[in-house]
Amino acid sequence: MLAAIRPDDVNLPLFLHVLGAMLLVGTLFAVAAATAIGWRRSSDTAGLTSFSLRTLLIGVLPSYILMRIGAQWTEAEQDYPDGFDPAWLGVGYVTADIGALLILVSIVLAAVGLRRLRSGNGLRFGRAVGGISTLLLVAYLVAVWAMTAKPS
Amino acid sequence: MSLYDWLLFLHVLSTFLVVGALTALWALVLSTRPAAPLLAAESAMRFGRLGGILVGAGMGGAIVFGIWLAIDVDGYELWDAWILASLVIWGLAAWAGGEAGKAFTRDPIGRRQAGIRYQALNSVGILVILVLMIWKPGA
Repeated sequence: MLAAIRPDDVNLPLFLHVLGAMLLVGTLFAVAAATAIGWRRSSDTAGLTSFSLRTLLIGVLPSYILMRIGAQWTEAEQDYPDGFDPAWLGVGYVTADIGALLILVSIVLAAVGLRRLRSGNGLRFGRAVGGISTLLLVAYLVAVWAMTAKPS
Repeated sequence: MSLYDWLLFLHVLSTFLVVGALTALWALVLSTRPAAPLLAAESAMRFGRLGGILVGAGMGGAIVFGIWLAIDVDGYELWDAWILASLVIWGLAAWAGGEAGKAFTRDPIGRRQAGIRYQALNSVGILVILVLMIWKPGA
């Protein structure tokens, strides 16, 4: 019941879009949760920070690409009429595009943070990446609402 | 927003919770390989417990709001083949997820392989349900 009845050609791209979005939310959640747990537990903060930064580097970008390609493919298959520009689609584009920028910033921070962690620093980078991931999770919550409820 | 909009949002949000938390749990499995663990045992347990709770909460939400949707929406019935299949697979996936949680909690080292097998079964079940929800065969 993920969506109303739709043309069959849309199913595969929609599946890839939804799967990519779910994996993206999952990896961001892993990053945010590990950062939060590390913040409260000083004995294993370095391990949790390393875990969160590696998860971000390995998981977030592929998930984002799958979600984004699926979205574009879905829109192409839906064959919307010219001038079709509902608010929910706009919310999707805005969260995806701003999300891409923040993900790129996070990847740079994670790469630097992992290198610094080897010399005993890098915790601040982990916290910054955790903060950005939390922000992205909130934005994608709004996107999920917009995509399903389709306001206006 | 209509009742249908709310139900659909909560149903989809619940599935995001399930797959999101499962993804995080797979990241945990990869980062706690006995040969090169990234995390201390206590941190891994805490993270795993949080993930397990969220998978359970998401699966609960998905089934409650999913059944509500099937009852509320004209044109769908609980006994439609794709919905019935989803319910059966949901039951199997929930059982496997519970077994995975028990294995990882009781003996995270000795029963790690069993935990991974149950978690894989749970994940495959969820993926098949996602396919059924998108394609709706027979609808």
